[in-house]
Amino acid sequence: MNLLRHGYVTGPVLGALWLVVLAFTLAVLMSFTTGDPFRPALLISVLAGAVIGGGVAAMRPGPRGAALAAGAALAALSLPGLAPIAAGDGAGAVWRIAGNAVLGAGFGGSIQMILHALPGAGALTRHEFEDAVIRFLTGFGYIFFTAIVAIPFYVMVMTSLKNQSELIQNPLDFSIDLSRGWGLLRSYVELFADFNFGSYLWTSFYVSVLTVLLTLAFSIPGAYAVARLRFRGRAVFSRSILLIYMVPMIVLALPIYIAFSMTGLRNTIFGIVLIYPVTTIPVALYMLQGYFRGLPAEVEEAGLMDGLSRLAVIWKITLPLSLPALASVSLYVFMIAWNEFLLAFMLLDDPSKFTLTRGIASLNSSEIPRQHLMAGAVVATVPIMALFLGLERFMTKGLTAGSVKG
Amino acid sequence: MLKREARLAWGLLLPTLAIVSAVVALPLLAIFWISFKPIGLADLRPPAPVVREALRGSDDKLRLEFRVRNSSQTEPISGVTLSDRLPDGLRVVTADPRCVFDGADFTCDLGDLQGGARDRVELFVTIEGDADAAENAAEESAPIVTGQSNSILTNFEFTLDNFRRIFSGDEFWGVFGVTVFYTVFGTLGALIFGLFAALLLNKEFRGQGILRGLYLFPYVAPVIAVAFAWIILFDPFSGSANALLLQMGITGSAINFFGERPLALIMVTVFEIWRYFPLSFLFILARMQSIDTDIYEAADMDGASPFQKFWYLSLPQLLGILSVLFLLRFIWTFNKFDDIFLLTGGNAGTRTLTVNVYEQAFAISNIGAGAAVAVVVFCCLVVFSVFFFRFVSREEGL
Repeated sequence: MNLLRHGYVTGPVLGALWLVVLAFTLAVLMSFTTGDPFRPALLISVLAGAVIGGGVAAMRPGPRGAALAAGAALAALSLPGLAPIAAGDGAGAVWRIAGNAVLGAGFGGSIQMILHALPGAGALTRHEFEDAVIRFLTGFGYIFFTAIVAIPFYVMVMTSLKNQSELIQNPLDFSIDLSRGWGLLRSYVELFADFNFGSYLWTSFYVSVLTVLLTLAFSIPGAYAVARLRFRGRAVFSRSILLIYMVPMIVLALPIYIAFSMTGLRNTIFGIVLIYPVTTIPVALYMLQGYFRGLPAEVEEAGLMDGLSRLAVIWKITLPLSLPALASVSLYVFMIAWNEFLLAFMLLDDPSKFTLTRGIASLNSSEIPRQHLMAGAVVATVPIMALFLGLERFMTKGLTAGSVKG
Repeated sequence: MLKREARLAWGLLLPTLAIVSAVVALPLLAIFWISFKPIGLADLRPPAPVVREALRGSDDKLRLEFRVRNSSQTEPISGVTLSDRLPDGLRVVTADPRCVFDGADFTCDLGDLQGGARDRVELFVTIEGDADAAENAAEESAPIVTGQSNSILTNFEFTLDNFRRIFSGDEFWGVFGVTVFYTVFGTLGALIFGLFAALLLNKEFRGQGILRGLYLFPYVAPVIAVAFAWIILFDPFSGSANALLLQMGITGSAINFFGERPLALIMVTVFEIWRYFPLSFLFILARMQSIDTDIYEAADMDGASPFQKFWYLSLPQLLGILSVLFLLRFIWTFNKFDDIFLLTGGNAGTRTLTVNVYEQAFAISNIGAGAAVAVVVFCCLVVFSVFFFRFVSREEGL
């Protein structure tokens, strides 16, 4: 450890690691955008990174200087077999040289930021060393998390815009042929024209809205009673809410399937609307009672003093005060209902009554090309994402308030 | 006053109580009941007599014929009766001796119907008036058949076969081991990655909001969409992940990520971590932002290094939320069904207990065995939640 804490060691080690990370990222990025085979050359990355890292640590250039020097160095190196990003057959030389130059410039600039607080050569204090390591880890963390989150969604969207034969020919080629114009959206058009997705979208929408309304109608009075009113068994009650919230759906799904089969509720939207709120009421109860408890009781008492009845107090004082919480709960419940898969899958067989998630499940067959499947996935994801991004504040609050569940 | 308040409270709670008990408590009781029953998917419809009515023959062979059969091939139905109304325009010449007439109405007592048995009731008739109208009228009227059958679902015949069946052999312990692996590593992984992500975003910078929103995507998107995206990304023949690995020279031949043991289990666990790290990240970040910054300033004065500050100051403060998250996520990961079901369908050594419920009940069509597994899952849950309440009520006052 002490050996590591030395300007001439920390600089090259972090430099080498950082260049490997960047080379990897950029190679993947370039492969995904151009479809040409690019790969990081591990050994060269380590060597070049160590040299540049050592240089930056020793000479302490400004950020611009470091970026320019490293960019120029890697661009000059980018002969076949010598650069951190190597290209396979058929990859354009322009791309390769440009890629390496960009890599070098980015690397130079960022390694300067990672190492700039180091006092040049000599032993480092614990503080300086750990600061540099943390800056490296932070950079790595941003790249890592962004990549793992973005790649599946990127693949989902891009796959939906291509066709089966292109995909099988080169699975890495996500470049889009813009000359196809509206033709790019062919699988979406087909989904709505031939696979009835308009109706699924509508079903999902109104089932979710109904679920939200029913959930609120049941959980607001219940949550208020648990949060505010004194009665025997309140503590037990408030605890059993959480307990119900933990019962696995698959355990309930089996008897519900049996009961619905016997009463003819299976394959009806009515059955689905009946069952969805029950899965969300415990969550909503739990979230709302927490919020009601946090409201100042004095306001309500003032209302009671002025001669309002309890119910009038709830309607005229408590509910207006808790609008933000109601928004969070509604959004969260909407998300659960929109994303629900298991019950829809088990209870709906009739294609005219499918919800969106059930509709996507029916696309998962070998006869239906996968761009349709991915287009369906995009259709299901976009509305909930738009809602989420538009109302992120409420959503985040809702998530933290009640949702360790999923 | 207090009494009125209590009454109001129960009044407000009643609808919720009613609906939740109808859809949670009753099914739970039902699952215990079913788990002791020898019942398959086909037994859900109790055996019942089925009838078809037709006007056949001509002239003096003209007859109204009722064909009755037992819908079940094995179970008998006892006390079968058939009743109907004779359509206008038909007059009975000779009737089946088992039938009793009361004006135009008649009832026939058919006795018992064995499994798979058929029976036939013939009424020889003559047509008075329009033949076509009479024929239509005969075929339109719906005869009523009744009979008592022995439904496995409601009788008092119990068996331990389901439990014997699921506990016998190595299968159960294999499934249990998979569940434990998935739950423990899925939970821990999501917590650790969540902590890392929270540390990254626990500072103000431009674009912090965007990144926070982006990192929540895996949790917010519908599971079916992201699961299929993963399947396509890791497809052994045309998946981008394999193409990348091949091209980088990391692997020589394509890897079947979701089809090989033990890789499939690792992959579904990684998926679980990927999908739920946002949640732990959100909770940990919220807790971090509420930590008083004074202690960090004091630590800076004393010359603490960044890692020391994290280890000796932040982590102890986060321990409460981390342990609550661990317990809750542990329970819900244990309960998780759709992720694995969509990714592998429980194949290639990824069958957890919850997937086994589905497998037994629907793939093998043995509802009883499925219910027995569900009972096992529920018992595990009870154990966890006892532990949870003893621990957490002290920690966070939930």
